[in-house]
Amino acid sequence: MTTLTDPPRESFRLSMLLYDTRYRSLTFQAIALLLLIVAIAFLANNLVSNLAAQDLNISFSFLSSPAGYDINQTLIDYNSQSSNLRAAWVGILNTLLVAVLACLTATVFGVLAGVLRLSKNWLVRKLMAFYVEIFRNIPVLIWIIIIFTIMTAVMPAPTAFRGDDPASSMVLDSIAFTNRGVYIPGPHFSRGFGADGNGALNWLIVIAVLVGSFFATRMVTARANAAQEATGVRPNTLWLNLAIWFVPIIGVLAIMGLYWDMPTLSGFNFSGGIKIGGPLIALWFALSIYTGAFIAENVRAGIQAVSRGQTEAASALGLRPKRVMSLVVLPQALRVIIPPLISQYLNITKNSSLAIAVGYADITATLGGITLNQTGRAIECVLLLMLFYLIISLLISAVMNVYNSSMKLKER
Amino acid sequence: MSDTHAQSVAFVRETALPPAEPPVAERGVYKWGRENLFATWPNALLTVAAIYVIYLVLAAVLPWLLNGIWNAPSLTACREILDGQTGGCFAVLVDRWNQLLFGFKYPSELYWRPTLAFVLLFVAVAPVLFFDLPRKLLILTLLYPFVAYWLIWGGTIWIPVMALVGFGVGYYVYTLLVQRSFAAGFFGGIAAAVAVFYAAGFIVPMLAPANPLLPAVPSRDLGGFMLNMMLGVTCVSLSLPIGIALALGRQSSMPLIKIVCVVFIEFIRGVPLITLLFVASVMLAYFFPPESQVDLFLRVVIMITMFSSAYIAEVIRGGLAALPKGQYEAGDSLGLDYAQAMRLIILPQALKISIPGIVNIAVGLFKDTTLVSVISMFDLVGMIRGPILASTDWNGVYWELLGFAALLFFVVCYGISQYSQWLERRLATDHR
Repeated sequence: MTTLTDPPRESFRLSMLLYDTRYRSLTFQAIALLLLIVAIAFLANNLVSNLAAQDLNISFSFLSSPAGYDINQTLIDYNSQSSNLRAAWVGILNTLLVAVLACLTATVFGVLAGVLRLSKNWLVRKLMAFYVEIFRNIPVLIWIIIIFTIMTAVMPAPTAFRGDDPASSMVLDSIAFTNRGVYIPGPHFSRGFGADGNGALNWLIVIAVLVGSFFATRMVTARANAAQEATGVRPNTLWLNLAIWFVPIIGVLAIMGLYWDMPTLSGFNFSGGIKIGGPLIALWFALSIYTGAFIAENVRAGIQAVSRGQTEAASALGLRPKRVMSLVVLPQALRVIIPPLISQYLNITKNSSLAIAVGYADITATLGGITLNQTGRAIECVLLLMLFYLIISLLISAVMNVYNSSMKLKER
Repeated sequence: MSDTHAQSVAFVRETALPPAEPPVAERGVYKWGRENLFATWPNALLTVAAIYVIYLVLAAVLPWLLNGIWNAPSLTACREILDGQTGGCFAVLVDRWNQLLFGFKYPSELYWRPTLAFVLLFVAVAPVLFFDLPRKLLILTLLYPFVAYWLIWGGTIWIPVMALVGFGVGYYVYTLLVQRSFAAGFFGGIAAAVAVFYAAGFIVPMLAPANPLLPAVPSRDLGGFMLNMMLGVTCVSLSLPIGIALALGRQSSMPLIKIVCVVFIEFIRGVPLITLLFVASVMLAYFFPPESQVDLFLRVVIMITMFSSAYIAEVIRGGLAALPKGQYEAGDSLGLDYAQAMRLIILPQALKISIPGIVNIAVGLFKDTTLVSVISMFDLVGMIRGPILASTDWNGVYWELLGFAALLFFVVCYGISQYSQWLERRLATDHR
């Protein structure tokens, strides 16, 4: 009987760096690192010599100097003497505003179109397929320009609302569609807090009341569930919930004296109310219908991904069609729908940078447009711009990862 | 029992009755309409609403379309002919047809060159798109980039010829060395090609004639829909190999390569294309050697290619991840090395799974080429918003022009997505 011994240890030879799989990956990575360093050094060297040749430097001090330009749509106080940083903030808030608005409406359009594409009605089905194909296959930039053109070239001028027999009239006497933008009634408080009763505190109170109502209804539902578990009879919570939602908020609004400031025609333009500029409308609406077409396809795929057996099993258990939908199909479909939905939201945020094509003052138009052109700080502006979008994207991806891990099938 | 026959009863039918038609309500258009349009009350209401929507759209579009004027020198002349009636001024399309397609600077006597390149594109793409065609036609595909470059830009023929020679030498060296190992062939081929290109840098200026056969056209003179097509085709075809490399790098077991690929992909995917185009227009020039002149078209191609390769890498990574682990293990157990396993087993399957995703990216990228109008390149949208709408003749002709642009993009994008669906059915080898 022979005993097996380990083969004699090979001593390290240089050729093993290339032919031994244990060392080869190290060799490759060393080469890759070297190439990377050389490439970065080459680019950096070019950058430095180019900047030196043009007598430029990298500095972010331009952010604190006055911007020197006006912005027509701002959410925070801003004038042309504000700093470039302030202008960038205005841009960031405008980006977030249009992104959030477009996400909401795109979801509504998308879910509606997606569900209607599965309708039993042939005509509606075809119409929705037409909508989806038309909007998916034409660039969003063209849609933004088309809707912007409608807003500026088709809508009547404010002067058309004048006179005894005006050419145009306000919708419901409160909303005016003009070529300068849409004027809607603005909420104000007659007995509110802050300067002339319209500080931000009022809105915080309203939001706090709504959040309180939300948690109160959650508690009511939890107690109803407990009662159902204990007795088998579910108490009717509809009226209680409605009361929790509406009584406090109506009370608070009445105490603070809510009234609507109607837009009225004075001189050659409207005054009062809230003005939503044409660029914002164009961007908002175009992003909504364009992305809505993509969301419709996601929704359709999600609903179709739930196998027929699930629906049939639920029916066999005696569930009514409505409950089949809400208890069996939707929870499973949402698992499929929500991840692509979130990445569509990400697309909306990134596509909102097309604002620059219609002159909506988002971050791309302020920091990457006017500030860049006025200060000539191309590298700094573009880097900051990229940093902003990168942060937003990473935040949305983080939300998606949290959602995915919480919704992962719990396998045992 | 069986004593009932014809003689003993008054009447017995010996042949079967022909089946009666179903009632009118249960057949043909009635049945179809009742089931598909008016099944329930809400359904009927939906149908009426849909018909109303269709009526509204057609009532607005049809008179405009049918009553259009196709021959007029300017908008005012067109409005005079219309005399207050509804109708489109499609004369702008006729009047500015060449500008819409080729931009406003491309020499008009040379329009045949991009047109020929466009026609040849179909010849070049056909063997890639349809596998039934003879494989030998792929040679045309490989020759196409050089021919198209020469046709569109013109200038001395020696630039594309030397580029072709470089690739040819590289391929020859690759075939010589690949028997020893794939890596040696791969890097040897690249080194040989680069050496030829370097030498060509000295040879071409000597060979270049003073008056080339095709007059040179600078990149800044390109425009119109041609620019969209060129950017789309170039960037998609360049980003496919880069995307594959990035996807493989992201799957790699070597941490350094993986990190580099992940950072690149996530960075590019996290920023909008428009910021990358800003980089191309205002920033990228700083990163080239001071004496070099890299024109805007090339800078834009570089940035869009980076953009689309990151997205394509993610799609291919999905395809790689969807393959069962057994395929990788099978490759290893057959004794194939990494390059062989990837080339022969993994990538053919992973790419097949990724086709719909890649086509989606290609369609999206083609649509996104309109964004170059923001950095003042005169593509189709840039032409419409810039020179054409700003001219005194056609100031105010929005719908005809935008509708034309929309139609062009729709035809191309819808065509590509239909092809992708056909290809998916064609490649479905699992018998379901």
